[in-house]
Amino acid sequence: MNNKLKPRRPLKEKHYWEEWTGRIYTSICVVFLIVVMFSIVYFVASKGLSTFFQNGVSISEFLGGKTWNPTGEPAFYGALPFITGSFITTLLAALIASPLGLCAALFMTEIVPGKGKKILQPAIELLSGIPSVVYGFIGLSVIVPLLRSIFGGTGVGIAAGCLVLAVMILPTVTSIMADALSALPKGLRESSYALGATRWQTIYRVIIPTTLPALLTGVVLGMARAFGEALAVQMVIGNAPHVPTSLLESASTLTSVITLSMGNTTMGSVHNNALWSMALVLLVMTFVFVILVRLLERRNRV
Amino acid sequence: MFKKLPFILMTLTFVLVLAACGSKNDAGTEGAASNGSGEAATELSGNILAVGSTALLPLVEQAGQKFMAVDEYKNVTVQVQGGGSGTGLTQVSDGQATIGNSDVFAEEKLEDEAKVKELVDHQVAVVAMAPVSNKDTGVEDLTKQQLVDIFSGKVTNWKDVGGADQAIVIVNRPSSSGTRATFEKYALGAKMDDIQGSIQEDSSGNVRKLVAETPGAIGYLALSYLDDSLQVLKYEGVEATVENVEAGTYPVWAYEHMYTKGTPDAATQAFLDYILSDEIQQNDVTELGYIPMSGMKVKRDAAGNVVE
Repeated sequence: MNNKLKPRRPLKEKHYWEEWTGRIYTSICVVFLIVVMFSIVYFVASKGLSTFFQNGVSISEFLGGKTWNPTGEPAFYGALPFITGSFITTLLAALIASPLGLCAALFMTEIVPGKGKKILQPAIELLSGIPSVVYGFIGLSVIVPLLRSIFGGTGVGIAAGCLVLAVMILPTVTSIMADALSALPKGLRESSYALGATRWQTIYRVIIPTTLPALLTGVVLGMARAFGEALAVQMVIGNAPHVPTSLLESASTLTSVITLSMGNTTMGSVHNNALWSMALVLLVMTFVFVILVRLLERRNRV
Repeated sequence: MFKKLPFILMTLTFVLVLAACGSKNDAGTEGAASNGSGEAATELSGNILAVGSTALLPLVEQAGQKFMAVDEYKNVTVQVQGGGSGTGLTQVSDGQATIGNSDVFAEEKLEDEAKVKELVDHQVAVVAMAPVSNKDTGVEDLTKQQLVDIFSGKVTNWKDVGGADQAIVIVNRPSSSGTRATFEKYALGAKMDDIQGSIQEDSSGNVRKLVAETPGAIGYLALSYLDDSLQVLKYEGVEATVENVEAGTYPVWAYEHMYTKGTPDAATQAFLDYILSDEIQQNDVTELGYIPMSGMKVKRDAAGNVVE
């Protein structure tokens, strides 16, 4: 009897101890994460804003100026070519990847749920594991020569950039869409079939409309990834600092110009600060994407 | 047992991270202990961090490996990082790096003159560049004026410089690049604006690939990147060869600099001396496509003045 009672007390104390170590550990991690996040935002913002407040570049020139010539006399810091480049490539990539992702997700969840998911899901997850340099190099070795032989010219440009990006964001778009579709209550499908609707009618009239906000979340997250992707795009887009007049003309994105120039400029110079301002634009855009996703999720719940 | 697993894993992770941080020092003391034969008192020790130019990176890395393998310098650790000339100069003048690798004179990059004065320039090699074009352009030789016309966008077809009837595609470096600065300064004589439709790539491998594959393309590359897939263009009739650069007849070249803040300490000085020693200069430097300092019959200062 005594023997039975004795081990209980230390056990209780042990649980107490476990509880507290767990709490302390998670709190440390949370505080660490918050500190890291805020210091990153603070660092980018302070660097990025000093272009305007210390170096006297006007915000309207930065956001609306078409000329980027930071080494010239006089220097111009117009980032409009990069902002438009980023938006065009991101939108086009989403336009290509969304229907593909939707079809793949529908195939996995609605059409061939068993086998389709077993084969397609690992294949798509594999795509997201390929490093972006490899995508860039494939783009440079396959897509650029292909576009060159079809349309003439150099083959380098926005078209090549958004094709590479579309493949890169496909895993994000597809997996989020597939999750959304499989989370749909079974009853909805079954009642649609019970009413005599065909599979296509069910997909088109029931499944897609009800899951639309969640499907859009996939698109938005894909766009956020595309907006921030640097290396692969930089290799195929051409990086000329001009607003392009055609899809096959060399253009730049915010990320490509940052990766190209950051290391070659000295900290604290106006050129360097202007690059940080672009990083700030990227950060703000990411916030916008996150807010969009939140709004879509809220609509999803109602 | 299984409830504890996460904690065990976490602890392990921390231990591993700490061990990784400390491993270099451990290796250092071990080396010193086993090296007890003879004059151990005068042994150099220390950590050297060289940061900057990616063009100079292969040489410093290779030299660093060899340097650490030498018995005398066993206790010196050399770490080499890329990041670009600007990063190198910033970090060395802020004291974060021991050595700042740069493709250009500090005077050309740093805006603050006081900072430039603190830095000591160690020139360790020379890099020469040649204009290159796609093979089908039908041009082998360009004058300075023709190059200026091409890179400023005045001439847009190869037939205007004596070649085939083909549009010119410029494959450039980004405007902040040291290679571009050298090419513009010594081949073109002036800074050029970026032309609409031109291509910019920062890696020499990509530049070579694009110039070799794109019809009508023109670009410029360091001598070590030249091969048969490209048409190497003569500059004012002078071929880009090591001999011509050394003799001063071919002007498109620049020093590779390793800057230190003030006079370097003993270990850093030993490393710099080692890079300038015959062993590195005659083997590694030429092997990697740079030109040794010893062969240069001309010298150049930050303003671009050439002296015998």
